[in-house]
Amino acid sequence: MTQKWNAKTLTNKELFYGHKACGGCGESLAVRLAMKVLGEKAFAALPAGCMSAVSFIYPNMAFTTNAIITPFASTGAVASGMAAGLKALGIEDTYVVGFAGDGGTADIGIQALSGAIDRNDNIVYICNDNEAYMNTGIQKSGLTPYGSKTTTTPAGQNLPGSITMKKNMFEIVAAHDIAYAATASVGYLEDFMNKVQKAKETKGTSYIHVFAPCPTGWGHETHITIDLAKQAVDCGLWYLAEYENGAFKLNRNPKEFASVEDYLKVQSRFKHLTSQDVALIIDERDKKWAKMRRDWTE
Amino acid sequence: MKKFISGDDAVAEGVRLAKPHVISAYPITPQTITVERLSEMVEDGSLVSEYMHVESEHSAMACAIGVSSVGARAFTATSSQGLLYMSECLPYASGARLPIVMMNANRALATPWNIYGDQMDSMFLLNSGWIQVYVEDAQEALDMMIQAYRIAEDEAVMTPVMVNLDGFVLTHTYELVDIPLQEKVDAFLPPIATRDQVMSLDAPKSLCITAGNDFNQEFKMKQDRDMQSSTAVIEAVDKAFGDAFGRYYKGMMDAYRCEDAEVILVTVGSVTGTAKTVCNQLRDEGKKVGVLKLRYLRPFPTQGLCDVLKSTKAIGVIDKNISFGYEGTIFTNVNSALVTLKERPETLNFIGGLGGRDITKQDIRGVFDTLISKAAGNAEERIQYMNVRCAE
Amino acid sequence: MDRPKVKKWQEPASIDAYPLGATCDSDHLVSINAGWRTFKPVIDHDKCVMCLRCFLVCPDGVIDKSGPQLEIDYDYCKGCGVCAHECKLKCITMVKEEK
Repeated sequence: MTQKWNAKTLTNKELFYGHKACGGCGESLAVRLAMKVLGEKAFAALPAGCMSAVSFIYPNMAFTTNAIITPFASTGAVASGMAAGLKALGIEDTYVVGFAGDGGTADIGIQALSGAIDRNDNIVYICNDNEAYMNTGIQKSGLTPYGSKTTTTPAGQNLPGSITMKKNMFEIVAAHDIAYAATASVGYLEDFMNKVQKAKETKGTSYIHVFAPCPTGWGHETHITIDLAKQAVDCGLWYLAEYENGAFKLNRNPKEFASVEDYLKVQSRFKHLTSQDVALIIDERDKKWAKMRRDWTE
Repeated sequence: MKKFISGDDAVAEGVRLAKPHVISAYPITPQTITVERLSEMVEDGSLVSEYMHVESEHSAMACAIGVSSVGARAFTATSSQGLLYMSECLPYASGARLPIVMMNANRALATPWNIYGDQMDSMFLLNSGWIQVYVEDAQEALDMMIQAYRIAEDEAVMTPVMVNLDGFVLTHTYELVDIPLQEKVDAFLPPIATRDQVMSLDAPKSLCITAGNDFNQEFKMKQDRDMQSSTAVIEAVDKAFGDAFGRYYKGMMDAYRCEDAEVILVTVGSVTGTAKTVCNQLRDEGKKVGVLKLRYLRPFPTQGLCDVLKSTKAIGVIDKNISFGYEGTIFTNVNSALVTLKERPETLNFIGGLGGRDITKQDIRGVFDTLISKAAGNAEERIQYMNVRCAE
Repeated sequence: MDRPKVKKWQEPASIDAYPLGATCDSDHLVSINAGWRTFKPVIDHDKCVMCLRCFLVCPDGVIDKSGPQLEIDYDYCKGCGVCAHECKLKCITMVKEEK
C-alpha cells in the first residue's frame, strides 16, 4: 500500500537545511518536504534560480544528499543524465529529482523537460511556481498571472502589470502523455506530499507543479505563505489535479469559490488592480473551471 | 583488424572500444555518421551503452554532465552551430572537472551558412576549460577516442576532452584504419575511477556550487594549474599508447623534418598531410623546411613550441579561422608563446580553407615560397589569405 | 535535538587544498542564519498538543519533533512567523528579539 504522508509519518530528519532563502519562502518548504518524501537516496538537480542560489554557497551546503546546480535550461537534461548514469552503474533504489522554478520550467527549461518526458526517463520533476523570476529580482515569466506587477511588467497608466495569462504547463506536460503529472499547492501539504510519493513510485517521468507563494516577490507578510497558497486554491485561481493513465482528474472541486478579492488584496503585486481587472481575472477563472468540470473526472 | 572506413566511422569504433556508459547526442552534419554508427552498435549489442536521444546539443552536453556527475563515463559528439549551442555547458563541465569526452567535427559557422570544414567552431571554445586535441587522419581519430578517456580520467587531470577532426576532409573520407582488439584497449584504458568531485551515496556531494568573490578565483586558479600540468599526462598517455598499439603521435606536437629547418610551417589538423608532402618535395630540392603539427591547442605547448621554433628564420601559421578584426587565432597563440624567446623568428599568418575550401599542394608551396622569401630578408605581408578567387 | 549542526571548517590554505572541481561535501554548514530574525517564535509547551502542524509548515525545518516536546533550532530560524500563524491552538508567540 502506498505510504500516506502527514506530519506524524514524516521523518524528523532534515535533508534540506540552513539555506539562505527569505523568511516564509513557499518554494523552500516545497523542496524541504519533497526531499523528506523522496528520502536520503534522492539525487537533486536544480537549475540557476532561488533554490540553487540559497543552497550551494561555498562553503555552506544546505542539501544533505547528493545535489547539483544545472545550467538554467537544463534541469530535465541533467536529471535524465543522472538517472541514466546511475542505471548504467547499477546503483539502484535511488531517485533523481529536478526542482525548477516557473521560469526554469515554463520558459527556458521547457525544451529539456519535453525531451525528458518524450524519452520517459525515470525522473521526478517538480516545478516550484512562484509566478515570476524571483532570484533575479521579480521579472515576468511565462507563469506570471494577469495583472501581476513585476519589475518588467510595471503597472501604470497604460498597462495593468502583466497582460498575459499563466501558460498552461500542467496540460502541456500532460499532452506528452506523461506517466504521471499533478498540480499541488503548499497550502495543501498532505496532498502535495502524497503526490510526490506517487511520483516517486512512478516508473518513467513524473511532473508535479506546486504553487508556492513568495513573500518578497508578491509583497505579502511572511507568516501568511501557507494561507495564501490555500486561498489561491479555494478561490479557484489555482487548482489541484492529476493526470494519470491518459485521464485528468480534479482532486478538489469547491462548490463555492472563496473571494478572489481577498486573495489579491493582501499582495502588493496586485494592489493597483481595478474592478474591471478583477472581473477579467474572475471571468478567466470561470472559463477554466467550466472546461475542467466538463472534461475532467473528480 | 583493418577496415576501410570514414573518419566518423573511426570515431564510432574508438568510442565502442572505450565503452562509455551513456551516449547523449543530437545529429548535425558532418558528425551524423558517428552517432548513427553508435546507435547501431547499441542496437546490435556490440556496445553496451545507454543511447539518449536528446532534443538539442545543449541537452546533449547537459545530459553528459548529469551522467558524469554520478561517476559514469559519458560521450557526446557535435559540430559547428551545435557546438556553439551547447557552449554554455562547456565551462560548466570543465569547472566541475567532469571527464567527459566529445568529438567535434570541425565545421564553418553561419553566416553565410556552410556545412564544410574549417576550424572557426572549436576556436570559439579555446577558453572553455576543455582540453582540445586535433587529429590528422581517421586512424588518429580512432586512437584519440581511447587516449582521450585515459587523459580525461587521469586523477591529476579530471578535465573534459574535445577531440576535433576536420569536417568532410576527415569525417567523410575513407581510409584503411586499424581497429585495436578490445582486450588490448581494456588493458590500456581502465574502468572510470573518478575522485571526490562526483556524487556518491557514501559521501554525498554538492556539485557545480556557487563560489562568490571571496573564493571564486582560487577555484579557477586550481583548474588552470591542473590544465597546465596535464601536458605531462598527455605525453605519458601517448607514449603508453605507442608501446601498446605501435602508434605514437609525439604527444603535444609532432615536429616533422624540423631539426635543421630554416623555415617551419605550423599546422593543425588534416592540412598537415598536404604540408608534409610539399615539405618532402622542397627537401628534395634542397630547401631546409619543416612542418610542426600542433596536436593540442589547450593546454598550449608553449615551451615545446619554443624549443622547436627557436632557431628558425621564418615561421608560417595556417589558420582555418579568423578572429574578425584581428588575425588567425592559432597565429595569436603561437606569437604569444614565441614572445618568451630572446631572439624571435619572423612569423607570418596564412588564413584559408574557410567554409571547406581546399588547401592544395600548390597553396602550401606558395606559403613555403613566401616564408623562404621572408627568411631571406624580403618584406612580406604579415597576414595573408590563401587561394582568394578575386582581387583582394 | 536532531538538526544539522555547524561544522568546523578550515579555509583551504593553498590552491592545492581547494576542492577538485566546483564540488563541496553536502550537509556542510559553517555559519548560522539566526541574525535574520526580528521576532522569534516561542512555544508554550503547556498548551501544545504536539499536533506537529508547525513542524510540517516551517520553510526552514527548524522545529524538531524527536523529543518529548517540540524544540526550535534558533540557529536557523528566520522568524518568518508561519508556525505561529498556522498553530491552531495559538500556542506559539512571536517575541521581539533582544539585540
